[in-house]
Amino acid sequence: MSDQPNTLQVAYVRRELLNEEPAPASSRGPVAWLRESLFSSIPYTILTLLCIYILYVIIPPVVDFMVTNAVWTGSDRAVCATEAQGGIQPNGWFGACWAYVDAYANQFIYGRYPDAEQWRVNIVALLFFGGLAPLLIPAAPFKRENMLFMVFVFPLVAVVLLTGGDIAVSHLYIPLAVLAVIALGVVYAFAKGSESDPLPGLKTTAAIFAGLFVMLFVLGFDFGLRHVETEVWGGLLVTLVIAVTGIAASLPLGIALALGRRSALPIVRFFSIVFIEFWRGVPLITVLFMSSVMLPLFLPEGVTFDKLLRALIGVALFSSAYMAEVVRGGLQALPKGQYEGAMALGLNWTQMMRMIILPQALKLVIPGIVNTFIGLFKDTTLVLIIGLFDFLGQIQSSFSDPAWSSPVQSLTGYFFAAIVYFIFCFGMSRYSMYMERRLDTGHKR
Amino acid sequence: MAVTDVTPNGAGGDDDQAPRVALLNNPEIRGWIFQIVLAILIVYLVYAGWSNMNANLQAAGIASGWAFLGNNAGFAISQSLIEYSQASSSYGRVYVIGLLNTLIIAFFGIIFATIIGFLMGVARLSKNWLVSRLATVYVEALRNIPLLLQIFIWYFGVLRLLPQPRQGFDFGFLGLLNNRGYFAPKPVWGDGAEFTLYAFIIACIAAWALGRWARARQMATGQTFPAFWTGFGMIVFLPLAVFVITGSPLSWDIPVMGGFRPSGGMTVIPEFIAMLVALAMYTAAFIAEIVRAGILAVSRGQTEAANALGLRSGPTLRLVVIPQALRIIIPPLTSQYLNLTKNSSLAVAIAYPELTSVFAGTALNQTGQAVEIISLTMLTYLTISLLTSLFMNWYNSRVALVER
Repeated sequence: MSDQPNTLQVAYVRRELLNEEPAPASSRGPVAWLRESLFSSIPYTILTLLCIYILYVIIPPVVDFMVTNAVWTGSDRAVCATEAQGGIQPNGWFGACWAYVDAYANQFIYGRYPDAEQWRVNIVALLFFGGLAPLLIPAAPFKRENMLFMVFVFPLVAVVLLTGGDIAVSHLYIPLAVLAVIALGVVYAFAKGSESDPLPGLKTTAAIFAGLFVMLFVLGFDFGLRHVETEVWGGLLVTLVIAVTGIAASLPLGIALALGRRSALPIVRFFSIVFIEFWRGVPLITVLFMSSVMLPLFLPEGVTFDKLLRALIGVALFSSAYMAEVVRGGLQALPKGQYEGAMALGLNWTQMMRMIILPQALKLVIPGIVNTFIGLFKDTTLVLIIGLFDFLGQIQSSFSDPAWSSPVQSLTGYFFAAIVYFIFCFGMSRYSMYMERRLDTGHKR
Repeated sequence: MAVTDVTPNGAGGDDDQAPRVALLNNPEIRGWIFQIVLAILIVYLVYAGWSNMNANLQAAGIASGWAFLGNNAGFAISQSLIEYSQASSSYGRVYVIGLLNTLIIAFFGIIFATIIGFLMGVARLSKNWLVSRLATVYVEALRNIPLLLQIFIWYFGVLRLLPQPRQGFDFGFLGLLNNRGYFAPKPVWGDGAEFTLYAFIIACIAAWALGRWARARQMATGQTFPAFWTGFGMIVFLPLAVFVITGSPLSWDIPVMGGFRPSGGMTVIPEFIAMLVALAMYTAAFIAEIVRAGILAVSRGQTEAANALGLRSGPTLRLVVIPQALRIIIPPLTSQYLNLTKNSSLAVAIAYPELTSVFAGTALNQTGQAVEIISLTMLTYLTISLLTSLFMNWYNSRVALVER
């Protein structure tokens, strides 16, 4: 701003600034907002009115069904049926039967898991959410210890508590011992061959096998817990077991496959591509059919898997292929300079991946990873088709109970299921958006 | 400063050309050892699985092979495009019917999902607050509820609550709707109807040729020609004229309520309606996000530059924004189409007779030929997927920006 105007002595030039005036009434406040965002032109006004009409058509009936007309307490189907259907409600009544959901709540959560043993499920749930929450909150301390707990201790505890432990693993000790000796030998020969100190490698290998032995011992140990067959598991328990196992298995498998697909070794690359494209090309339901019908045929006689485990294998393989493609996206998005820089520092392949490439690549694809998780969580519903009772399967099967059968029963059950699934999936997607903002270093392009 | 020659293992010999490296430390050799071990492991696993399978099949007394495809299936199928009879049709025919039903549901599902998805995607970007909020609610709600649950809601929750045929909705000419499905009027073509079809084909070819000519002329002379509207007029009016001239050879077979169930017309079974609605609405939520991202990815500068060149808003959208947005939209859109096709296999849960349901479901239960049937089903889906991704790769290489 030059100060030239001040030197001019012209009467019509104002010398002092005017006081600030508020914006005109037509461009502020709720009225302006309405004009701007709802009624700015004739087509927009028509659209707005149309939307209001749609809301008017949808919301009141839904609220009536879910809240106003809903039945909250009751002991059998009579409270949820009209007089014509043999109940106590007036004819023409149409509302949700939350009393039925309440009566079935235990089954929806635990399936047919014996009542006396449900404390075990509760402990596992407590350990899981208690271990998960501090991992998800960035400010919480002891991340490393927490991670170790969730990766090594929790799965073991969960298996023992949920099944009752005392699993027949005694025949596995000798093969594992043989494997341990072979592995130690290979590590030693490798170290000798490259004229480096064999001790650190031997120590790591020994630690891994010691861990495996401890794991076998714990799995085989009789804690005096009653054995609970997976046939009686059900409800949210099965949904979460499948989802969490699938997620836990698909992440490492997916990373390995993604690295394999980007590898310079032709045979590794070939197998990775075939594996990924095969699983991505077929629908999950055929995979589940395969794991439930065909997988037993591939096993030697006498070896049987339980139905839940077969479904778990199918789900894990299927989602690892999708995970691999997500991770590959992250690997490809990293500039070549990162690889070259790591190599120039003299890091070997493992170090380069572990310290330079994967941390950056995985951070880039967090939204994709969470999307895969959400997809996996939704896909767990498919196991009901092969006869497992997950959350939705349990709800579906409760419809056959004559004690609560009424025309509104299925809609109530489905609404309830929809709300529960929505909370889980929406929560995950919101969390991923939060992490994405937090981790955004501004380096993207 | 003296330059020291650093060689590994402290063997500081100047006489060697290359430093001696242990075999295992040679990355190439190590890579090959690793790969060979991996290959042996995989081949062994496949071999073990194969021999176990043969042994198990023999123990169970199941003869493997494809002969069963010729056997009589002997179960009823509620919807088939080609002729099927419970008494005489074979499993091979069941397979074809299942595949056709999969393709039908995928075809209609893709059309509806695309329409709803584009509408919702554009609505999410609308400046109208209510419209964008409603579209957001639609997308978030439908994306976060499992598809199978949505299918159940439509099938068991909504369509089952429709009234019995006698009390059902009667839309007059548009057909009947009740809990047995939708009974649509069926076109009955008379003599000479084929001329209308020929006229339509000729009009399409002519419109295409006209478009090419108009484009070439515009390139050469700069003169424009309203090729779109002319072509559109040709495609509409030429078949219409031929239709009228040949004496309107079309009548409608309108369904009427019979004694027990409606008769006449075309029956759209409720399973189909539930699958179609659920698949289309679910996939549309994902398509809406893709469309939104695609439009947002075209930078504002493109629109401004187009305006600066003097293009009005219509041509700006048509010639500048949409072509660039489509380049981003189409690859993920195709993978959504593929997802929809694969998701149609969920029909097995409500017994819509598509591939997984009739072939991998009923036929498998009846014959017990698990290996053959599951493999054939998986291979079918795999073929569809691979063909689509081949097309995608071709398309991508065609439209990809050529840089530097």
